[in-house]
Amino acid sequence: MQTWIAKNRTTLVIAAVVVVAAYVFYYAKNDIAPSMYVSAWGYAIPLVLASLVGVIGERSGVVNIGIEGQMLIAAFAGFFVAAYSGSMLAGVLAGVGSGLVAGAFLAWTTVRWRMDQIIAGVVLNIVATGITSFYYTPGQILPGVIPNLTVPGLSSIPLIGDVFFTGESAIALFAIVAALLVHVGLFRTRWGLRTRAVGEYPSAADTAGIDVERLRIINVTLAGSLAGLAGVYLSMDASSTFERSMTAGRGFLALAIMIMGMWRPLRAFSMALFFGFISAVASQLQQTGGFAVPPQLTGTLPYVATLVVLAVAAGRVRAPGAVGQPYVKKDQ
Amino acid sequence: MSEPTSGPTSSGAERPETEGTPHPAGHDDTSREHLEAIATTDAALELPPEQSGFGEGVVGEVLLDIRGLTKSFGSVHANRDISLDVRRGEIVALLGENGAGKSTLVNQIFGLITPDSGTVSIKGDERRIKDPRDAIARGVGMVHQHFQLVPVMTVAENVMLGHESVRGGLLDLDSARRMVRELSEKHRLAVDPDAEVEDLPVGTQQRVEILKALSRRVDLLILDEPTAVLTPQETDELLGVMRELANSGTSIVFITHKLREVLAVSDRVYVLRQGEVVGEVATKDTDATRLATMMVGREVVLSIDKTAATPGDTVLEIEDLHVSDDRGLAAVDGLSLTVRAGEIVGVAGVEGNGQRELVEALAGMRKVGSGRMRLKDLDLTTADPYRTHHAGVGHIPEDREKHGIVGTYSIADNLVLNEFDQAPYSKSGVRQFDAIRANAERLREEFDIRSSGVMQTAGSLSGGNKQKVVVAREMSFEPTLLMAAQPTRGVDVGSIEFIHRRIVEARDAGAAVLLVSAELDEILSLSDRIAVVHGGAVVAEMDAADADRTEIGRLMAGDH
Ligand SMILES: Nc1ncnc2c1ncn2[C@@H]1O[C@H](COP(=O)(O)OP(=O)(O)O)[C@@H](O)[C@H]1O
Ligand SMILES: [Mg+2]
Repeated sequence: MQTWIAKNRTTLVIAAVVVVAAYVFYYAKNDIAPSMYVSAWGYAIPLVLASLVGVIGERSGVVNIGIEGQMLIAAFAGFFVAAYSGSMLAGVLAGVGSGLVAGAFLAWTTVRWRMDQIIAGVVLNIVATGITSFYYTPGQILPGVIPNLTVPGLSSIPLIGDVFFTGESAIALFAIVAALLVHVGLFRTRWGLRTRAVGEYPSAADTAGIDVERLRIINVTLAGSLAGLAGVYLSMDASSTFERSMTAGRGFLALAIMIMGMWRPLRAFSMALFFGFISAVASQLQQTGGFAVPPQLTGTLPYVATLVVLAVAAGRVRAPGAVGQPYVKKDQ
Repeated sequence: MSEPTSGPTSSGAERPETEGTPHPAGHDDTSREHLEAIATTDAALELPPEQSGFGEGVVGEVLLDIRGLTKSFGSVHANRDISLDVRRGEIVALLGENGAGKSTLVNQIFGLITPDSGTVSIKGDERRIKDPRDAIARGVGMVHQHFQLVPVMTVAENVMLGHESVRGGLLDLDSARRMVRELSEKHRLAVDPDAEVEDLPVGTQQRVEILKALSRRVDLLILDEPTAVLTPQETDELLGVMRELANSGTSIVFITHKLREVLAVSDRVYVLRQGEVVGEVATKDTDATRLATMMVGREVVLSIDKTAATPGDTVLEIEDLHVSDDRGLAAVDGLSLTVRAGEIVGVAGVEGNGQRELVEALAGMRKVGSGRMRLKDLDLTTADPYRTHHAGVGHIPEDREKHGIVGTYSIADNLVLNEFDQAPYSKSGVRQFDAIRANAERLREEFDIRSSGVMQTAGSLSGGNKQKVVVAREMSFEPTLLMAAQPTRGVDVGSIEFIHRRIVEARDAGAAVLLVSAELDEILSLSDRIAVVHGGAVVAEMDAADADRTEIGRLMAGDH
């Protein structure tokens, strides 16, 4: 425990400062702060899910440039299946399922057939944009809403309870659980140890008796379902409508978040919140217009923040050792 | 079994000359203890030696039996019809030049490579070994030529990988730590289970590899060139562990280039050449010269015959040099040294005492903290590699893969890496391929670089031939100062002999030679003068003629 604290001192200090500042702001400016926090978390939800997709993929050694496409396909499939079938559940399942299929596509092309991972991801994005634009039909509506839940106990914590656990959509709650699960899974379980080994130094895993390709395929495929859920959230929960290219670069932003989160689920979660907050600030500025800043400029705030944080992070963070490289056995 | 010693390589010289006796020719440890340890049944011990299979040099049941193993990669016949066997409790050495097919052979035992034909049977089980998992399940453990450790994980995590203990769904790291501690105590291989592997020196990483293999039940332990990166002390430690393991019934297949190690620890030797077994002999019936001859297929001169040096003017002068290592710690710490034309100065020392940083500073690859380096009248203290080269410094780097060659370039291009922009290889900024090619053909001939042609990529050459490319390039421009860092590391005997001869020839042609090597034997046999370094400074200098092995060993260990 003590060594853990010593090792993570900077992170802990920063976290403490941020939490204190958040509470101070929450109570000092209680006219705008609560709604800003809620909208920040709203922005963050798909980013959390999508960055987990990136984390799982890259921790296994596979770059996933196609998160954007996976989300888009799922947003499309979820929305239209729900609209035509009249069942929200069918829509969610279709969205998650299509995310899985898109994940499997990436897994098989890159891991089994050793296609270049960047190219495979780009293909996925192009195909996703193409299909969803082509079959898009306007004027459909959803048959219902994703259920909202309040978690007893947790919801009574000041601030945190209000923002995360009171009247939250099931997908939002799932995103929190998923971040925790992936974190524990990655660092505390057999699956995680093997996944990290496969992503860092696959031949070490191979010689220890682990089937590298199989584990990579499973991980990349299953991660696709999280991208699916992120897409479902966009079209069925956050906006209740499907629009062309509605993912709007979130899949790529998720990769930036993954990097700034140092390929660790809980840090990525925090970074997603940070970006959600920047976005909330941007839209607050646009609404109040208190400053003499044109809205086009405030709208770029999240992207400027990405640039700054990435520039600072670059060189300080280290990607998993084998990321981007297919694993080729000795006699193949 | 006696403790492995670091004695001269000819320790087997006075033994009877019965080369190639049909196997199994013998084993010199038939003590009751040893036999008990390796006996599979008590009853076997009661039988007379002929029937029990013990005594008379026969060590135990056949554990590994390879018949007619053949494997080709394209047109390369890596293994041709190889048959060999290993008995319980036996240490079998596989000896062969680089590219002889040793790694290919053992990788087939471990399921990393599938044979084209032939069988590998372990404890009588002839089924094909599908993958490493399968091999592990049959009791095979392997320490690979290139470390198979995850750098960012701890020792305990690396050791448990693939056979993790789990409690309540979570990894049980405590039991892994305990397992590492127990194993490391049992085999006296000190490691900290919580250290991250990438922070450990190579010698310790090697220990982790061995512990990792031993953490599973192993009947057969394969060690593929485990000593290539070890210091003499670490090597002796490892040989001791191997002997103990064998005494307690583990069979060992041991690959090495170093004849001393083969003679010190093995029971039997198989010699491979061009993918074939060309000899099999009991260790006690052979000696270094004959093993080397079998390996290379011709007589090799193990000792270098060279005339006395006739040193000329001072060429290199280093004064009170300070250089930091990658972590910013003082590595070279007040070192002073001179090298004259026509002499070889050997820098002896345990690795990590500033040798690497010294060479890199001289080559212009590392910034000098303070002090001065002069090459004749030229100040090299702040020179970059380009200027250093053009000042007349030839550099055979320690890490040839990283600093010596560009693996994806052809041999021809690699041979002009430092001159590619000079005439005749370039005219008005346009490369002259005819000249480059002619140069390559000439050097290939002269330096005996074995390849399919000069346009073959350098990365596809064997270690010894890669090194010859580097040596050819760095010597062909007749440097005033030749720096050779670990020039024969991981290189086969034939190439070692060749490289040594060329270094002496460079000296005789008037070059000043600075030789840095972790092999004390190499230093002793090549140098005219020896500088012993410890803690980043020269602690003693002596004429090679007066040098004494144990004295140098003591100085290297910091006792001065
Ligand atoms: N995967 C491979 N593809 C092509 N050629 C290979 C491969 N592995 C080994 N070889 C070739 O097979 C021969 C034997 O190599 P190896 O078994 O590594 O030799 P050693 O371990 O004795 O140095 C060499 O000529 C090498 O170039
Ligand atoms: Mg080898």
